[in-house]
Amino acid sequence: MITVDLAADSVRDLNQRLHDLPPETNERLWRIVNPKGAHAIAAGLDRPIEILIEGHVGYYCAGMIKQAKLVIDGHCGVGVAENIMSGEVRVKGNASQSAGASGHGGLLVIEGDASARCGISMKGVDIVVGGSVGHLSAFMAQTGSLVVCGDAGQSLGDSIYEAKLYVQGKVESLGADCVEKKMTDHHLAKLGRLLDRAGLKADPRKFKRYGSARKLYNFHVDHADAY
Amino acid sequence: MCGIVGLFLKNPELRPQLGRHLSTMLIGMTERGPDSAGIAVYHKPVAGERCKLTLFHADPHHHWREIGGQMREALNCEVDIEVKSNHVVMTVAADEAHARQWLKTHHPEVRVMGYGQLMEVYKDMGLPAEVVDKYSIRGMEGTHAIGHTRMATESAVTTEHSHPFTAASDMCLVHNGSLSNHNNLRKWLRRRGHDFETDNDSEVAARYFAHRMGEGASLPEALEAGLRDLDGFYTFTMGTRDGFAVLRDAIACKPAVLAETDDWVAMASEFRSLANLPKVETATIWEPKPAVVYTWSLQ
Repeated sequence: MITVDLAADSVRDLNQRLHDLPPETNERLWRIVNPKGAHAIAAGLDRPIEILIEGHVGYYCAGMIKQAKLVIDGHCGVGVAENIMSGEVRVKGNASQSAGASGHGGLLVIEGDASARCGISMKGVDIVVGGSVGHLSAFMAQTGSLVVCGDAGQSLGDSIYEAKLYVQGKVESLGADCVEKKMTDHHLAKLGRLLDRAGLKADPRKFKRYGSARKLYNFHVDHADAY
Repeated sequence: MCGIVGLFLKNPELRPQLGRHLSTMLIGMTERGPDSAGIAVYHKPVAGERCKLTLFHADPHHHWREIGGQMREALNCEVDIEVKSNHVVMTVAADEAHARQWLKTHHPEVRVMGYGQLMEVYKDMGLPAEVVDKYSIRGMEGTHAIGHTRMATESAVTTEHSHPFTAASDMCLVHNGSLSNHNNLRKWLRRRGHDFETDNDSEVAARYFAHRMGEGASLPEALEAGLRDLDGFYTFTMGTRDGFAVLRDAIACKPAVLAETDDWVAMASEFRSLANLPKVETATIWEPKPAVVYTWSLQ
């Protein structure tokens, strides 16, 4: 395992080192210490490597990553795993707002709470939150799944497209065009697999499913009030 | 942008280190606010009938001793002066409103940065590290302190426009954001007898909270009222004689992070500013919820 101490090395040097790894690299296990809230740690990775970050990180940690697998043993600032393409990010603490924003693929697990706008404009990422999410989560969510073991704040899934939302606790309010939907066996199985992948213990049958009423896809004068 | 920080010590043993920790926090927010910086610190209480005024004049060689002498004669009371660069802490053995009124009448060139029995306010243009050095903030002890690093968007870069803003005895406020109804609210407050020193939107917020508390509201009640009456983007951190508060607007666009241990509570715009606090690795760290009033008070 390679250890990088951010008290001694800059984030820019670390990220450059990670970006410069050849596709067949043997340097696959990394440990980052003393992150001290720095921004953009491990952003833009595109190698099948595993990284453990010991401590709290700033904005856009693991943004835009492909293939890589990260564990953040701490709190995350704004936009963790923003635009994630593939790979996996696990946050052991809480996350600030816009976690997993516009993510295209991969898995984001937040063991604590996520704040507002979790999964905003998600485009295929699966997000599993052990705690609760704040307001406007899954706003304009296009595809992928958001699983919330706790509660969801105001306007969940506002203007949602085809993403699937599963919430175990209370939903403060649903956003425009987001409705509760029937939980079929297919969805129960899918939710069970997501919880397993996330390593979170919860009973899928206790969740409710939410998704798009599909009334806002195209402008229709009868729905003008909902825009 | 702008960066704000606040540190509230629960464990009295940490009080000698307040300034050192606050300085690190303030410097941590340099990228968010390189134009000016300021702090309010709660320490060195003056007893009984005395009050402390933090005064500012751009000229570091302003005739402070002469002003002190004139005040001593006019108000027939003891006046002590401690000069710190272009700021002065004046301890006056007289009613605080009376002392401020005398200064306003006889020395309108002097600006009152803060007043009360505990709070001192230091703010100036320049990088946070320069302000920290200029006023020897590292060496300050105390119970709690708040700070601000400013990147100006709504009004000019001057010492007067820097935060914190004071609007009542031992009360101050720092703000990250911009208010959209500050002109109407300023008129509303003027009609209720409040004078304004700048055109800064954050000063309006400070005077609004002071007005509510002046009407008898507690700190949490004043903040709840603010959620109804203040329109715009804000993360506020506020200090009072024995309290510390954090409030974010309902949209919560402006960042904030809170951390708490058995020994302290700290807030900052970003975690970077909390990263070097003692035992931060054991702290509970979370983002304060939108439109939720957070307050702590000294036991």
